[in-house]
Amino acid sequence: MYWEKDVETMPREKLEAIQVERLKATLKKAASSYHYGKVYREKGFNPDEFKSLADVPNLPLTTKDDLRENWPYGFLAVPREELVRMHSSSGTTGRATVIFHTANDLNFWTNLVARCMYMTGVRKSDVFQNMMTYGMFTGGLGFHYGAEKIGCLVIPAGAGNSKRQIQLMQDFETTVIHIIPSYALHLYSVFEELKVDPRKDTKVRIAFVGAEPHTEKTRKKIEEFYGWKAFNSYGLSEMNGPGVAFECPCQNGLHIWEDSFLVEIIDPKTLKPVPDGEEGELVMTTLLREGMPIIRYRTKDLTRIIPGPCECGRTHRRIERFKGRTDDMMILKGVNIFPIQIEKKLMDVPGVGTNFQIILERKGFNDEMIVKVEVASEFFDGDLLKLQRLQRRITEELKGDILITPKVELVEPGSLPKSEGKAVRVIDNRKD
Amino acid sequence: MIVHQISVFAENKPGQLARLTRILGKEKVNIRATTIATTATFGVINLIVDDPQKAIKAIKKDGMMVTTKEVIAVIIEDKPGGLDRLTQMLFKENVNVNNAYGFVLDSWKTAIFVVEVDDTAKAQKLIEKAGFKTLDDEALSSVEPFHYVKY
Repeated sequence: MYWEKDVETMPREKLEAIQVERLKATLKKAASSYHYGKVYREKGFNPDEFKSLADVPNLPLTTKDDLRENWPYGFLAVPREELVRMHSSSGTTGRATVIFHTANDLNFWTNLVARCMYMTGVRKSDVFQNMMTYGMFTGGLGFHYGAEKIGCLVIPAGAGNSKRQIQLMQDFETTVIHIIPSYALHLYSVFEELKVDPRKDTKVRIAFVGAEPHTEKTRKKIEEFYGWKAFNSYGLSEMNGPGVAFECPCQNGLHIWEDSFLVEIIDPKTLKPVPDGEEGELVMTTLLREGMPIIRYRTKDLTRIIPGPCECGRTHRRIERFKGRTDDMMILKGVNIFPIQIEKKLMDVPGVGTNFQIILERKGFNDEMIVKVEVASEFFDGDLLKLQRLQRRITEELKGDILITPKVELVEPGSLPKSEGKAVRVIDNRKD
Repeated sequence: MIVHQISVFAENKPGQLARLTRILGKEKVNIRATTIATTATFGVINLIVDDPQKAIKAIKKDGMMVTTKEVIAVIIEDKPGGLDRLTQMLFKENVNVNNAYGFVLDSWKTAIFVVEVDDTAKAQKLIEKAGFKTLDDEALSSVEPFHYVKY
């Protein structure tokens, strides 16, 4: 039941000792990057002074803005020719955050994904259908290599094309899938349409659901619909992607691999660490990465550490299903979207007024984005066709940037609530 | 002669027309004719009223998006073939009608046909040359709505 028994069940003291050693090495490695070199100099920090985990709160924090400002190579701790792969955070175009890997980095990552998958019961004899977007999104290649490492037969199906997905499951007797939760819910209607019973007509038994926050209720729904075991997967491209934290067969929290990452929960306001059990922002440090070490990265994801050991015997602590985010990032169909992206695009379109609003709805099993846009008074000349052209143009512009087709609604100027805080701009009506 | 049509932007949802008519009723603006063009989520309400300037001021004050457009209000005979005479002429002269609507002025005698075209001045000339009479804002506002009712 363990991929690496000694690592997964390592006593805490030993695990923490390894963390200290690996963190020391990481801090030293990071010094050779442009960004951390600068931060160390500014703060007068000497990595040799780091002695124990008690010193961690004094280490510098890293944010997504730091990654953006040092785009593309400012975080590299190795020469560029040592790199073998790049990945990018999902959704954003333009200055997306880019993560680079050396060959060793990829091996470590692949091993973690394999560890996660093996933990849920995936074995060499399994057929794994990866229904995620390939390309720079980490959910595609990350799982792909993890499954190959275990020795599964991998079907790199990619995202979408529901009928073909179901056909593949039947033709090649898929036993394990990786799928976005909202898509899993949607796919059920396609099963019904094709009159295929997932319980009888397929051999799928395990589904990995991730890349999108979802509730316990959604998981239960997926399990009830299909008769599959659904395991929650958490990852972010800055920390490789999938393989960061994963549910074990107990399905009570996600084990976060502490041999590879240093995990903290901090109060997002005071930035002080909070004790296990208390909610806060997840902060992570890479412990094994060579190419692009990242120290105390603020994930902006809100969660808490579940206190106490897990029945499965693994000593790596568990984080709870995510509660939300400390920023205004939206996740729709697995794509990360910031309201600022929408705003930037809108303000470039002639005819758009000063205010807009984003509404997220769950229509059946599909998440949908409605963007209400105020029309500029001077644009209006009574011509309906001109308004329709504006509506189409906005739709196209947004689709090009956020990769999702929003439903654009034109409204009269002054009719939307004035945005004082960021939150007013986004209304999330998605419920189970 | 030219008539000013009012065009109001409205979301396609209940209460929008009621909001507009409440404004006009309160201002004692009389509506002569109206049409609505809609898409799935929004539309444009076109109105011919007796006092366009007053109407626009009131609608703007209420916060609705409004604009005026020059249209031609042609007097036609209110009898079978009355409108046909006008449209056949417009067709012959290759005038494209973007929007149009009509209302009866004097039952079985006269009606008004409002046409929106690309080149209003040119169409205006052609229409008058063909012997049609057109109304202006003033004439339209002085039309007595009930003078034709015969007791």
